[in-house]
Amino acid sequence: MNGIFNLQQIINGIQIGSIYALISIGYTLVYGIIKLINFAHGDFYMVGAYAAYFAVMFSAARKEHPNVIIVLIISMAAGAVVAFLSNRIAYKPLRYKPRLSALITAIGVSMFLEYTSSALPFIGPSFKAFPQSQLIPQKTYKIGSAILTNYQIVNVTIAVVLMVVLTYIIQHTRMGMAMRASAQDKDAARLMGIDIEKVIDFTFIVGGALAGAAGLLTGITYPRINPYMGIIPGLKAFIAAVLGGIGSVPGAMLGSYIMGFAEVFGTAINSIVGEGIAYAILILVLIFLPQGLLGKKTGEKV
Amino acid sequence: MSKKKRNITQKMIRFFKSRNGKLITGTFIFWLVLYPLNKFGILNNYWMHVINVSLIYIILTVSLNLINGFTGQFSIGHMGFAAVGAYTSATITTILFKFPSHGFVPYLVFIGSMILGGIVAALVGFLIGLPTLRLRGDYLAIVTLAFGEIIRVTFNAIKFVGGPRGIPGIPNFSNFTLVTIVTLISVIIMRNVIYSSIGRAFLSIREDEVASELVGVHTTYYKVMGFTIGAFFAGVGGALLAHLIQYINPLQFGFMATIYVLIMVYIGGIGSISGSIVAAVGITFLSEGLRFMLNRIDAFTPFRVGPEWRMVIFSVLLVATMLYKTNGLMGDKEFSVLIPEEEDENAKHGA
Repeated sequence: MNGIFNLQQIINGIQIGSIYALISIGYTLVYGIIKLINFAHGDFYMVGAYAAYFAVMFSAARKEHPNVIIVLIISMAAGAVVAFLSNRIAYKPLRYKPRLSALITAIGVSMFLEYTSSALPFIGPSFKAFPQSQLIPQKTYKIGSAILTNYQIVNVTIAVVLMVVLTYIIQHTRMGMAMRASAQDKDAARLMGIDIEKVIDFTFIVGGALAGAAGLLTGITYPRINPYMGIIPGLKAFIAAVLGGIGSVPGAMLGSYIMGFAEVFGTAINSIVGEGIAYAILILVLIFLPQGLLGKKTGEKV
Repeated sequence: MSKKKRNITQKMIRFFKSRNGKLITGTFIFWLVLYPLNKFGILNNYWMHVINVSLIYIILTVSLNLINGFTGQFSIGHMGFAAVGAYTSATITTILFKFPSHGFVPYLVFIGSMILGGIVAALVGFLIGLPTLRLRGDYLAIVTLAFGEIIRVTFNAIKFVGGPRGIPGIPNFSNFTLVTIVTLISVIIMRNVIYSSIGRAFLSIREDEVASELVGVHTTYYKVMGFTIGAFFAGVGGALLAHLIQYINPLQFGFMATIYVLIMVYIGGIGSISGSIVAAVGITFLSEGLRFMLNRIDAFTPFRVGPEWRMVIFSVLLVATMLYKTNGLMGDKEFSVLIPEEEDENAKHGA
C-alpha cells in the first residue's frame, strides 16, 4: 500500500472531508433558501475556532480540565450568534434588493469579521497555537503503516453525529419541514403561513453552529489558528457544495468528502496540485455539470 | 500664411474649449502644480508616492468598473490580471535586461513591456472569459475568484519569476509624469469605449441580458470583450504598480487586493467613471491619512488602536454603502468633462 493511495491518505481524506462537510452544509442551506453565497461563512468557522481557543484557555487558567462537549457547545454558540447577527444586520435589509448587492455585502461582512479579529488586541493577526493537548491528551494508534490519532477519531465522530442530528432536524421536525418548503418556493411557503424570516434566522443559526463546530475540530487537528484561516476552507467548502449540487444537503456532504480526498491525493502528488485542484474541480463542475452531482436540474427563469 | 496661422489658433481655442481639451489641460495643470512642488521639496516623496498609487488605482478601479459596473458582470479575480501584467513587464525589465532605472532606451523598453503586459493580461482574460462568461451572477463571481487564485498559485510555482519570493529590485520607472500620462490615456480610452456602440451593448447587457439578446446584441461576444478590455488595463495598472513599488510577489495580488479595488468600485458607484476616480483617490488618501489619525487616537484609548483598524473601517463603509446607497456615491452620474459632447446631442433628442 505504498504510493499515493495508501491508508494514511484515506484517513486524512475522511478527516478533512468531515470538516469541509460541516462548513459546506451551511453554504448549501443558506443558498437553498435565499440564493446568497455567504462569503462570510468561512469566517463563522474562524469565530468558532477562536471561541474554542478562549474557552480552553479560560478553563486552563482556572486549572480545570475542559470538557470537550462544553467547548463544542461554546464554539457552536459563537458561530451561531455571529451568523444570526450578520443576517439580521447586513443581509435582512437587502432581501428584496438585487442579489449582487447582497453578495457584495457578504464580502464586506467577511472582511469585517477578519479584520476586526486581527485588529482586536486579544486576538491579533498572528498565528496562535491551539491548546489541543489540554483539551484531549493525544493518543496514537498504528494501523499497518498508517498512523491514526484520537484527534482524528474525535473529529470524524463529532462531525458525523452533527450531520445525523442535522438530517433529523431537516427531515423530521416542523422547522425542518418549513426549511424544505422555503427552499422549494419562498412565496408559496409564505402563503402557507410560514414565517420566512424566522426560517432564514434558523438556517443561519444552524449553518453558523456547524461552521463553529468545524472551527473547533480544525483547531484540534491542525492546532494553528489565525483570523484569516476561514478564507480558503470557506472557499473550498463552497466548491464542495457546488460539486454536490448547491441546495442539497446530502450533496454537500458527498461533495465535501470528494473534495477532501481530491485534495489529499493531489497534495500527495505535488503541493501545487493540491493547492490548485479545488479550483480546477470548481471550473470543471461549473462548465460541465452546473447542477452538481445530487442537485436538481433547473432551467434559468427569465 | 497669416490666414493659416489664424486657422491653427482657432483650432487651438476650439480644442481648449472642448471637454477633451479641458480634461487634458486640467491634467496638465495638475501635473504642472505637483511636479515642481515635489522637485522643490515642499511635497515630500512619501505623499508623491501616495499620489502615484492613487493614480494607478484609478486605472485598476475604472477597468474593474468596466466589467462589474458597466457590463454588469461580477468579477472578483481582477488583481490576477494585474499580476499577469506586473510579472510580464517586470520579467522583461528586471530579469531579462537588468535595466538601470534611467536612460532613454530602458524607458522605451519599459513602456513596451507595459503594453505587452496589458496584452498578455488581455489574452488571459479572453481565455478565461470565453468559457466562464456563460455563467451568471454569483457563479461567475466564484469562478473569477478561482481563476484569480489559480493565477496566483501559478506564479507561486514558476521558479523563473522567483516563486513565492517574487521579483525584487525592479527599476523605478513609474515616475509621476509617466503615471499621469498613462492614467489619462487609459481613462480616455475606457471612456471612449463606454460611449461607443460597444459601450451601449455593455449597458444593455447590464440592464437586461435576455432582452438585449432578443434585440440582437451578441451578449457573449460583448461580455468577453468587456472582460478582455478590463483585463488589458488591469495588466497595464499592474505593470505600473510593479515599477512603482519595485517589488512584486504573488501574495500581493491575492483575493484581498482585489477586494480593495472592489470596495473602490462599489463605493464610487457602479457605472460611473467619475465615481471610480473619486473613490480610488479618496480611499487611497483616506487609507494613508487614517494611518496617522489612528496612531493619534491610540494615545486616548485603553487598548491599542493602530492602522490595522483601517480595513475594518473600509468594510463597514462598504456594507453601509450597500445598505443605504446601493448605487454608490456617484450612482451613474458623471463629471461633465468625462462625457463626450456628442452625448449632449443624444440626450437632447432623447436617444
